[in-house]
Amino acid sequence: MSRIAACFAALQGKKALIPFITAGDPHPSRTVELMHGLVDGGADIIELGVPFSDPMADGPVIQRASERALVHKVGLRDVLAMVAEFRKTNTTTPVVLMGYLNPVFVMGYAAFAAAAREAGVDGVLTVDCPPEEAADLSAALIAADLDPVFLIAPTTPEARVREIARHARGYVYYVSLKGVTGAGNLDIDDVARKIAALRAHIQVPIGVGFGIRDAATAKAISVTADAVVVGSRLVQEIEAATEQTAKERLTGLVAELKAAIL
Amino acid sequence: MERYDLPDAKGHFGPYGGVYVAETLMAALDELKNEYERVKADPTFWEEFRQELKHYVGRPSPIYHAKRWSEQLGGAQIFFKREDLNHTGAHKISNAIGQALLARRMGKKRVIAETGAGQHGVATATVAARYGMECFVYMGSEDIKRQSPNVFRMKLLGATVVPVESGSKTLKDALNEAMRDWVTNVDSTFYILGTAAGPHPYPMMVRDFLSVIGEESKEQMPELTGRQPDVVVACVGGGSNAIGMFYPYINVDGVRMVGVEAGGHGIDSGMHAAPLSGGAGVGVLHGAKSYLMQDANGQVVETHSVSAGLDYPGVGPEHSYLKDIGRAEYVAIDDKEALAAFHDCCHLEGIIPALESSHALAWAAKVAPTMGKDKVILVNLSGRGDKDINTVAGLAGITL
Repeated sequence: MSRIAACFAALQGKKALIPFITAGDPHPSRTVELMHGLVDGGADIIELGVPFSDPMADGPVIQRASERALVHKVGLRDVLAMVAEFRKTNTTTPVVLMGYLNPVFVMGYAAFAAAAREAGVDGVLTVDCPPEEAADLSAALIAADLDPVFLIAPTTPEARVREIARHARGYVYYVSLKGVTGAGNLDIDDVARKIAALRAHIQVPIGVGFGIRDAATAKAISVTADAVVVGSRLVQEIEAATEQTAKERLTGLVAELKAAIL
Repeated sequence: MERYDLPDAKGHFGPYGGVYVAETLMAALDELKNEYERVKADPTFWEEFRQELKHYVGRPSPIYHAKRWSEQLGGAQIFFKREDLNHTGAHKISNAIGQALLARRMGKKRVIAETGAGQHGVATATVAARYGMECFVYMGSEDIKRQSPNVFRMKLLGATVVPVESGSKTLKDALNEAMRDWVTNVDSTFYILGTAAGPHPYPMMVRDFLSVIGEESKEQMPELTGRQPDVVVACVGGGSNAIGMFYPYINVDGVRMVGVEAGGHGIDSGMHAAPLSGGAGVGVLHGAKSYLMQDANGQVVETHSVSAGLDYPGVGPEHSYLKDIGRAEYVAIDDKEALAAFHDCCHLEGIIPALESSHALAWAAKVAPTMGKDKVILVNLSGRGDKDINTVAGLAGITL
């Protein structure tokens, strides 16, 4: 069983909390300790952002995180090294890389998949690679026992949901709103209706993210979702903290979110 | 060559193109593709488009024989396709009208655009005013500084110009921000993309709307010279004016096609915007796979050109394909060469060309002397240079 599947199985119906941080933010030397800090707070799965120069789907908070990481020239290989370092002391918490296709494309799908597997990565979500263009990447990931994670959006028609369901492994990531990460127009009732409709087609767990900014919203989302993804809010916490206090503040916030969700 | 029939149904030009966007936009792009397929087969749409081009834009744009410059160079005869004489001063308006008519058919009342030099922004603001649509134009704050006349023109036309402060604060970042707007307002908004790049169906659609450039040239050149040109030349940033000129000529044997990229401070300096001629690899940016200026980690690098409209690290996917199959050649002209051609064109022909178009002029002026006097080079003079006078004055140490 993959680490992601094992994680959801072990939760026995409790909901997963999936915090997101950007690798290399605020400094590459801090990422591994921040990942441990997320686990200390109760993270079930970690989404680790791979910095990219042109993060088209991200709002200003995660754009800035990418820019801070890129000041230190953090590349995909550096991110894999961070995961390998994390795995030295944590062999159970799944790590999903989230980012844009180009760094992966440039490294080469097979080389990336093998290196990611070796480093201890469990899943890969490339935001700008829909199933239509993902055949080669997905094949390489699956050959390396990695889960390709796909997005489903409020605009995704039913026929596409069925298509995505055929390709999705690990979990699917339902984008809770029309907008970029960290946007402020989340409609909880609408999300609940969409999740219920998705259940007809989606066999893997359904995570929900984009725009979940506090414990109350996380709790409300967890009523229908299998997992709650929180990104921009955590990145804001890193932004507001010093390098020394970032870990403690992240752990505290993650614990608060974890306590709130079902 | 065999009949050229690209892109395929999924928007691929060989290995290039495609639809690399976040899931939220997939349905909107599907809708756009389907709607465009419908209008493609609808003669009333094209009749309306032609009427607009004729009575509002002033097409067909003339072709002009640059006699004095040709004589001075002492080789091939240089002709200009006068896209600078179109309403709003560049080729961009023809594309903006095509997309705005499509937006109107789709019932979209809000349009957005990205712009570099401001020409596409002005074109979009213009058609938005003409058709009564709300208009937001995203423009890098660096470009706002160097293209202030166009910023004011957009405001006069009723558009909101949104400064983009992220990344390199130029065209690529404006495109990122326009995509972010579109993903947020996807139900109400039509994204009028200004170059032959982006996700399918944009590269095809922009090409089709701008093919009027090459179609007109194919009719006009035999009237003027008795035959088709030996070479057609156009500048390439994203590549919209070039593909508009090239596409109708792809199946015409014997016509050499040359795309001129921005060499900036020189290819060797690394400070340029020439993905096709500067040795860049292939990558994925702004919804398509194409040649892309990037570092070893796949991060898009900052580019440089004296012309804001060419200052872009990527290029339309069809150009990548035409390069690979050898049907078109791509070369670079640096800032200095482009500026020299800018001044020559002013002095010898009484035409102030856009700095973008000056790159194509510079290549023609460089190559014409090596060709016989009976040879013909057709340069796509894609825009006029009024917008660039501050830049050119600044380089000469003059404050206007």
